[in-house]
Amino acid sequence: MSKNWWKALCVVLLLYVAVAGLLMPVPRLAILNESIRNLYFHVPMWFGMTFILFASVYYSIRYLRTPTPELDILSHEAARTGILMGLVGLATGSIWARYTWGAWWTNDPKLNGAAIAMLIYGAYLVLRSSFTDEQQRARISAIYNIFAFATAMPLFYILPRLTDSLHPGAGGNPAFAKYDLDSNMRLVFYPAVIGWTLLAFWLAQVASRLSLLKLKVYEKQLA
Amino acid sequence: MKNSLRKLRPALLLLMALLLPVLHVAAQTAAANEPEMADSLRLNGKIYVVVAVITVVLAGLLFFLASLDRKLTRLEKEVRD
Repeated sequence: MSKNWWKALCVVLLLYVAVAGLLMPVPRLAILNESIRNLYFHVPMWFGMTFILFASVYYSIRYLRTPTPELDILSHEAARTGILMGLVGLATGSIWARYTWGAWWTNDPKLNGAAIAMLIYGAYLVLRSSFTDEQQRARISAIYNIFAFATAMPLFYILPRLTDSLHPGAGGNPAFAKYDLDSNMRLVFYPAVIGWTLLAFWLAQVASRLSLLKLKVYEKQLA
Repeated sequence: MKNSLRKLRPALLLLMALLLPVLHVAAQTAAANEPEMADSLRLNGKIYVVVAVITVVLAGLLFFLASLDRKLTRLEKEVRD
């Protein structure tokens, strides 16, 4: 088996999600109507973001144990991909909110928590770009990345559950279990989570390889 | 070419296995007097146009990503040598 089998799996799952996500029957609910199908596209963005940001922290910790430019690149590109997924998640959530809750943005703990977490990661990019020394940049952004993850995850998944919230999965609301009980939706939702997560890893891998290649070419030119 | 087709076979089989139950369930119709869904879109057959468009867009983007991946692999080999 080639080592790229997971990329083929990603393509298959995403094409399946595009077709099945639109055609499979879904529970007939007032207000939500067909927009319930956003579950296959909006929610996996956050799953993918969480996994890829976790990978980023993993590389950051490894960087602090054995500082190599490779680990710094892997951690940075994974974080960038995670930030992209998060921004797409915020944008899609905003559209969904407009047509179900009636506003582009509500001061909901889940929404504001996610927004603050994205700002924390935005600060990661700003912090990184403010160093000229490569080792200093790599070390300090690795440390910040660990703190950013530890701060962002409670903002996404713990704090919103402690208060009332419109958003499913917050305010004692048992995530999307209410809709997810429908076994037809599970048939699409789980492949969607896996497919979009694999896409995040694929993008991060391609971006990292490009950065690594750039580094190698520079080193060759200097030598 | 033949070799790459053979490589793709498990992926195609998986896609078929995933899609067949969808077509089966999608063929069943829903009861009346329930919240409004895009039933008429399906009756007119227009939703399939949307599905086709999204599939083409997604396939195009994924193909582009895969070709970038291949180019990168070639470049990596060149730099290594």
